[in-house]
Amino acid sequence: MISFTLNGKTVQVDRSGDDPLLYALRSDLGRMATRFGCGQEQCGACVVLVSGTPRYSCTLPLSDVEDATVATADGLADNRIGTALIHAFEAENAGQCGFCLSGILMRATALLTEHPAPTDDQIAEALDDHLCRCGAHPGIIKGISRAARTLSEGAR
Amino acid sequence: MTDLPMSLKTSPAMGQWMSFEQQGFVTLRTGKVELGQGILTALAQIAADGLGTDLGRILPQSADTDLSPNEGMTVGSLSVEVSGGSIRLAAAQARAALLRAAAQRLDVPLDRVSSEDGTILKDGEPTGLTFWSLSGDVDWSLPVTGDVAGAPNSLVGSSPPRIDLAAKYTGGGFIHDMVIDGMQHVRILRQPSRLARLVAVDEAFLTRRHPAVSVYRKADFLALIGADEYAVEKAMSEADRFVTWDNGTGRWTPPETAEPEVFVQGDATAGAAEAGSKTFVARYSRPNIAHGSIGPSCALAVYDGDRLTVWCHSQGIFELRAEIARCLSLETSQVRVIHAHGAGCYGHNGADDVGLDAAIVAFAHQGQPVRVQWSRSDELGRGPVGAAMSARIEATLSAEGRISSWNMEVSSASHLQRPGANGYINLTSAEALDPDNAPKLIADLPAMRGGGASRNSVANYDFPQHVTVSLDASSPVRTSSLRSLAANLNVFAIESAMDELADLAGADPLAFRLDHLSDPRARAVLTEVADLAGWTKGELGGDGEGRGIAVARYKNKGCWLAAVADVEVDETVRVKRLWLVCDAGLLINPAGALSQIEGGAIQTTSWTLKEAVPVEDGQIPALDWESYPILRFSELPRIETRFIVNPENPPLGAGEATQGPVAAAIGNAVARALGQRMRDLPLSRDRLMAMLLSD
Ligand code: FES
Ligand code: FES
Repeated sequence: MISFTLNGKTVQVDRSGDDPLLYALRSDLGRMATRFGCGQEQCGACVVLVSGTPRYSCTLPLSDVEDATVATADGLADNRIGTALIHAFEAENAGQCGFCLSGILMRATALLTEHPAPTDDQIAEALDDHLCRCGAHPGIIKGISRAARTLSEGAR
Repeated sequence: MTDLPMSLKTSPAMGQWMSFEQQGFVTLRTGKVELGQGILTALAQIAADGLGTDLGRILPQSADTDLSPNEGMTVGSLSVEVSGGSIRLAAAQARAALLRAAAQRLDVPLDRVSSEDGTILKDGEPTGLTFWSLSGDVDWSLPVTGDVAGAPNSLVGSSPPRIDLAAKYTGGGFIHDMVIDGMQHVRILRQPSRLARLVAVDEAFLTRRHPAVSVYRKADFLALIGADEYAVEKAMSEADRFVTWDNGTGRWTPPETAEPEVFVQGDATAGAAEAGSKTFVARYSRPNIAHGSIGPSCALAVYDGDRLTVWCHSQGIFELRAEIARCLSLETSQVRVIHAHGAGCYGHNGADDVGLDAAIVAFAHQGQPVRVQWSRSDELGRGPVGAAMSARIEATLSAEGRISSWNMEVSSASHLQRPGANGYINLTSAEALDPDNAPKLIADLPAMRGGGASRNSVANYDFPQHVTVSLDASSPVRTSSLRSLAANLNVFAIESAMDELADLAGADPLAFRLDHLSDPRARAVLTEVADLAGWTKGELGGDGEGRGIAVARYKNKGCWLAAVADVEVDETVRVKRLWLVCDAGLLINPAGALSQIEGGAIQTTSWTLKEAVPVEDGQIPALDWESYPILRFSELPRIETRFIVNPENPPLGAGEATQGPVAAAIGNAVARALGQRMRDLPLSRDRLMAMLLSD
């Protein structure tokens, strides 16, 4: 049994510690927001936060998150930054098919935690390890930038 | 009676389109499928308009061969035009029928009843009646006749948030996320090419190393099956150690190809030999291009001993149903295909193939639900890829600097090998089951229906033209429809040649185009994009910076788009800015159209700068995002888009408008920056270096 904190709750998984976190999330815990896109750390669809840091869950051994804190897009609506991102993405019509978005939103959560007011170039740079085939990039950048503005207004 | 949309002829009854069983909601059925383009939002919007209800009351259903009207495939940019038209008429007639039922119940003349968000008013006062309480009074089997005018378009032109999106990134919503109790996970060990034959499977090795995984083999079709997805994945990663293929190099017998098509506009030879004229010849090409969806194809299926149910993200569930049935020797009625959302779809990708994969495994394991997930490599190279092609243009420029003859020869791999096309199954595993299932004929889509290789091969200019379009089946690589089909390369060729001819005439590329262009809406987008970009005659760059322009009318009958590109070139090409002007008639959902245009422009930039599917010995090697790179966030051009909107003009899909003009504008800009033209796509670093070094 490997236990860790997932979106604020303790969870336990009965699976080899060598298996990637992605399969624990999807197959064992039924948390479907984290996506399989390549399994090779090349697309970013599977990105989650481990103790606040973006990691590729498609290759991250489960044993590496033992007793750690994991955040996935399933839990976005439960926190302030995530909620702001969801509203901002809706307002900007950000995303087309949406398959790339859960990984991108986790990366954005990490970015906004560290840089509350990123420029568009900083956002693009932070997202450079994420692929989007639909060409939804402009809306995604606008969405993150809008979320940053809402958050800073809320903080004032 | 107006001329009815095709889908109303095949599915005429009002009740086939919408029903009111669920209190307060309208179940909307469409044969069109969500491909990540937001079509369900657009169609719901049209239904809400027609019924005069809030958008939130409309529940669009996923297409299902058992329940939905058969509207053919969701392809091209026509979904809104076709399905939208049917739904608009069906909704208007449904509302009229409900109002008539209300008048009857209230025993008043029809003109005293009206409706507001589904509730019935008499003389403007509430009556307690609703669409839902009246629904039982209406005969829903009556056909939609098209002679009831629609409700005013209160919602058309607004951009409500997509109804499907937020749920997707905070949880399930994709087919990949579907779970059926007790389902088994499956990976297919694909043939390295369609000609490869399975020689041996070392099952003892597999059982020893991966006891939780079993194997299913039928001819050259090979599947790994297990309860735990990762266990199956791990077994697949060792396939090289227990599977032996004979790769079949040199075994290709090309299918027959249909006769070349010829299109003639005016007397194309007249100007050829005039005194003082100049001739121009050039050849342009593009390679095979991968669809590259971020979510590899996925399907689920279960066979109950009588019927086979398949969930997949196909663009054409009815066509797929027929071919799955044929492949497994079942009656069509024994197969049910239900659409579920996949990741972005840009044409005929692996979605149908994976549906058959799941069907084959489920059919062999009665009562056992299965889920098939493709790998990244298979998604890039084992589904159909966008067709490689070339176009040769030979033109004459008169002494007055006008194009007096134009001869274009297009040669292309097939853009049309969807399930059932030309009478063949056209599914990859069908060939694994029996190589004889391979198509024996390649033919194009008729030009009337937009063409395939011929799409946009006739230039939208006034000069006389002679165009020949031939199909080339010499490569065993499986090709089919990718966004815009041949319009990408044909427009690239035409608009590159226009720039080259403008140079030959010593004219400004914009002025030269306008001199040969009488189509008013084409002129309008071109002039407006030039204004937007601040086009200055004679200032087109050089020394590593360049600006290019291009225009096309998609399919010669769809929407108009003009583009200006600014590029920087050193060891690579960077597209700094794009200006786009589009005339797509009435905009149903402006934000949706904008994201189609900008998304299309970004994808085209990626194709143009980077993308080529490698082919070695007639086979596509294993691919990943390193060997097949696409445009990244840091490489995005800044894009400015404007629409020319005239609500009087009927809506035209915008999803495939950019593939030609954006590629061409970039190509023209690169030629200005380098002072030398690259005519073979992609304009990649490798190509660029090779050209610079050969000087
Ligand atoms: S799935 Fe992990 S990076 Fe692509
Ligand atoms: S929205 Fe489809 S891949 Fe990004």
